[in-house]
Amino acid sequence: MNDIIELDARRLLCPMPVIRLQDCLAKQAGGANVRITCTDPGTMSDIPTWCRINGHQVLENEQWQHEYIFLVQKATDGA
Amino acid sequence: MTRKAVALISGGLDSLLAARLIQQQGIQVEGINFFTGFCVEGHTHAIRKHDRNREKRNNALWVAEQLGIKLHIIDIVEEYKDVVINPKHGYGANLNPCLDCKIFMVRKAHEWIKQHDFDFIITGEVAGQRPKSQRKRYLPVVADESGADDLLLRPLSALNLPPTRPENEAWVAREKLKDFSGRSRKPQIALAAEFGFEDYAQPAGGCCFLTDQSYSVKLQDLWDNRGQKEYELDDIMLLKVGRHIRPCSEFKLIIAREEGENNFLSGYRRQFQTIKTVSHAGPLALVEGESLDPQQLELACAITARYSKGRDADSVELLFSNREQDIRTIHVKPLAADQIKSEWVIV
Repeated sequence: MNDIIELDARRLLCPMPVIRLQDCLAKQAGGANVRITCTDPGTMSDIPTWCRINGHQVLENEQWQHEYIFLVQKATDGA
Repeated sequence: MTRKAVALISGGLDSLLAARLIQQQGIQVEGINFFTGFCVEGHTHAIRKHDRNREKRNNALWVAEQLGIKLHIIDIVEEYKDVVINPKHGYGANLNPCLDCKIFMVRKAHEWIKQHDFDFIITGEVAGQRPKSQRKRYLPVVADESGADDLLLRPLSALNLPPTRPENEAWVAREKLKDFSGRSRKPQIALAAEFGFEDYAQPAGGCCFLTDQSYSVKLQDLWDNRGQKEYELDDIMLLKVGRHIRPCSEFKLIIAREEGENNFLSGYRRQFQTIKTVSHAGPLALVEGESLDPQQLELACAITARYSKGRDADSVELLFSNREQDIRTIHVKPLAADQIKSEWVIV
């Protein structure tokens, strides 16, 4: 697996975690992996939805206590 | 050549229908959603524990998925301050600068289509639907002052408005657009049924905290006490949370109303002085203001204790912490309900 870029979106409320992820992925090449850690439970819905509509893939999705952690791979078509 | 349009997606029914009408004409549509910091949906549900079982769907994302389009969420918090603080066209019933807001968002969308090589902009505006921003005579103002001019198409009301460039150039067939006007939602609901949309967000209008009277009173209080109209993102987030009580001009208390708000406010411990009851279950309070003198500190603690389980006790123990996390123990008798003056409570 490629190196993983870590994003800390704890304490941010939606849609700010999505914006952080979106802005980070925009700077990466297709296939890049980003792990984002959130505390807003709304991200459980918002991040997978945003990834689906923009063609990115959620490789892993886990909850650890009050944190929601997503490993996202950027679409290879440059979406 | 496939033409491309960007749709302003609020998450409400009108923008959903407007985008679908244009998609049906073979236009490639992508969505834009602007984050101003004043958005209602999501935030309060995320903070308040009793709301946590409510659906946390972001309606703009949901609409984009229903339409099968990409959605670009754009952070405009900093630039938007000027819209809120200096609205050229003034405020609505509260501190809602709806006409300036619409002009600003269409201007940003116009910049976006130039940067991304899109052809035109669509919105879900309906002539006469809103008291100000969608009054028919203001719709040309939005097109004109945003700079979008005839690249701004309102598919739901197009037949009530002069033809735009997408219509004149036959990128879209004008006769397939709609002539909706006024406040009735029946045409939109019928069109939603025609498109097979059964589940959609309630009609827009309540999506911005600036349209809320209580929120606007809190924002005005913040400006009045700072002596100038300014805010940071944390300020406007905190106005959504807790009881706001200002016993004097020197300080304000933001007192959590339940566990979810306690947890949210605890994230601000290093930015604020805080008060927390310890002898009885009770709220966390943030103290907004400079260092309090002993009388002010006692009053702040007595108010906070009023909202704890010890409200009827002779003495409640609290911890006061400054921004450096130096902690002091304080004992006070809680204020009685009638000692909390109505003019202190900002609602």
